[in-house]
Amino acid sequence: MRDAFIESLSKIAENDKDIFLITGDLGFGVLDNFSEKFPSQFLNVGVAEQNMTGIAVGLALSGYKVFTYSIANFTTLRCLEQIRNDACYHNANVNVVSIGGGFGYGALGMSHHATEDLSIMRSLPNIEVIAPGDDFETKEATKYVANSNKPSYLRLERASHIYENDLENSFAYGKIRQIREGNDIAVFCSGGVTKVAMNAAKILSKQNISLSIYSVHSLKTIDVNAVAKVFEKYSGVVTLEENNLIGGLGSAISEICLDNRIYPKSFKRMGLKDIYSSVVGSQEYLRDFYNLGEEDLIINVKKIMDK
Amino acid sequence: MDTINLAKNIRSHVLKMTSKGKSSHVGSALSIADILAVLYTNMNVDPKDPSNPKRDRFILSKGHAGAAVYAVLAELDFFSKEILDTHYQDGSILSGHVSHKGVPGVEFSTGSLGHGLSVATGFALAAKRKSLNFNSYALLSDGELDEGSNWEAILFAPHHNLNNLTCIVDYNKLQSLTTVKETLNLEPLTDKIQSFGWNVFDIDGHNHDEIKKAIKANTSKPKFIIANTIKGKGISFMENKVVWHYRSANEDELIKGLKELEE
Repeated sequence: MRDAFIESLSKIAENDKDIFLITGDLGFGVLDNFSEKFPSQFLNVGVAEQNMTGIAVGLALSGYKVFTYSIANFTTLRCLEQIRNDACYHNANVNVVSIGGGFGYGALGMSHHATEDLSIMRSLPNIEVIAPGDDFETKEATKYVANSNKPSYLRLERASHIYENDLENSFAYGKIRQIREGNDIAVFCSGGVTKVAMNAAKILSKQNISLSIYSVHSLKTIDVNAVAKVFEKYSGVVTLEENNLIGGLGSAISEICLDNRIYPKSFKRMGLKDIYSSVVGSQEYLRDFYNLGEEDLIINVKKIMDK
Repeated sequence: MDTINLAKNIRSHVLKMTSKGKSSHVGSALSIADILAVLYTNMNVDPKDPSNPKRDRFILSKGHAGAAVYAVLAELDFFSKEILDTHYQDGSILSGHVSHKGVPGVEFSTGSLGHGLSVATGFALAAKRKSLNFNSYALLSDGELDEGSNWEAILFAPHHNLNNLTCIVDYNKLQSLTTVKETLNLEPLTDKIQSFGWNVFDIDGHNHDEIKKAIKANTSKPKFIIANTIKGKGISFMENKVVWHYRSANEDELIKGLKELEE
């Protein structure tokens, strides 16, 4: 997704002199093409995320479409008040990009685990929060936020995610996107953990259980009617996110249900249970460790079906 | 109107606004009245076209002194002086900490310290990159320099040769609880800032000629004006007293203060 983002941003910048990318001294080897091709639209601000965000706001209020770039929590939590007071209150076109959402930098330790960012960013007014599930959504989201003329948060994975599907290949902010068709249980996913659901679906299909998988890439504006239809159609719905259960995708879907008289037949939220991880490991290892892996999803699906 | 009378009117509005609203920070607002009067007289801003892309940008980073900014903008006809009466009242858009929403001429909303200089730096960088000929100003309090974010910007601006950026520090030497010296000493401030690569002007922040000269000076580096001021300046019983960071003038004190301004 990281490369898909840069590729998309570079394409936009070719025809738009107002695109501006600022990094907080990260992106070794990844941002070179952009910085060489568009030197006047690029800045390495140094290891200073508060200043990065403030400068981004000054640039945005002067007509630029700004993207701030760093890894894990550095573009969000380190400069949260600059995002709140300066970007959001002023509705500045500052697009905050974090690479390595969830346990993307799992082995680096707790400081690099971005596992509350979705909840925290969702709670800020004026900002749009997007966690793309694959490279396609990443590219489309990048195009969308560049011209949305307001702040946004893009939570991206380092790795590339491409799924084979012949379903909807369209992206619209606020819509949910079905990426796999199935008849038994529906899974709502946000971000790179969508891959877990796709892999679980393959395993389950051999056991004659078919999962329907939806990418809920937009986490503040969510299509209520589309969500209602999913709950109506399927006997059970699971939400899957690599984020604290408080305030993320599962919370958002639960709120939609209660606010709109949608009564799930069966509902399970999968996410992090209000913990910090002192255990390290690869993203896959930590997903399994915290019951967010394929096997866990399979167990939850079967539990629902056995009811 | 000359800058001396403009500063006097700012002080008068500030006294009345904070007294009526029973709001804090009157000392902080009085401290910067002269700086604002001279700055707004010399900046390229137009009350008839407050969003002109070529305008100079000014951010009051010490947002708690917002009453003084509202006052100077009303004096310069960005909006009606009558609106000043609503300051700090229920339903008012004139918040205690300066806010831009619905208030023509306010460039940026602040209130949490340590934000303004980075945004002003962003304005200055945009002017350079877009070859626009405007200047960017941020006015900070001295206590505000305790915030680490400022030092990120102080490191950044000279590295990028932002000579269209001016940082002014209202150095009244009193912060929230006691003196700057006792709280977190900034000295030697001139040496510190110079060593970061700024062109430093150490001036009397109530002397209009000195303020104008510093603002107008052409430099090849970003400019840092250390404006030595007196908190509560102009009202004898408010000068250099921390309590006026919190208190506002009661009726008798308001009359006495306004009388002093007329003398």
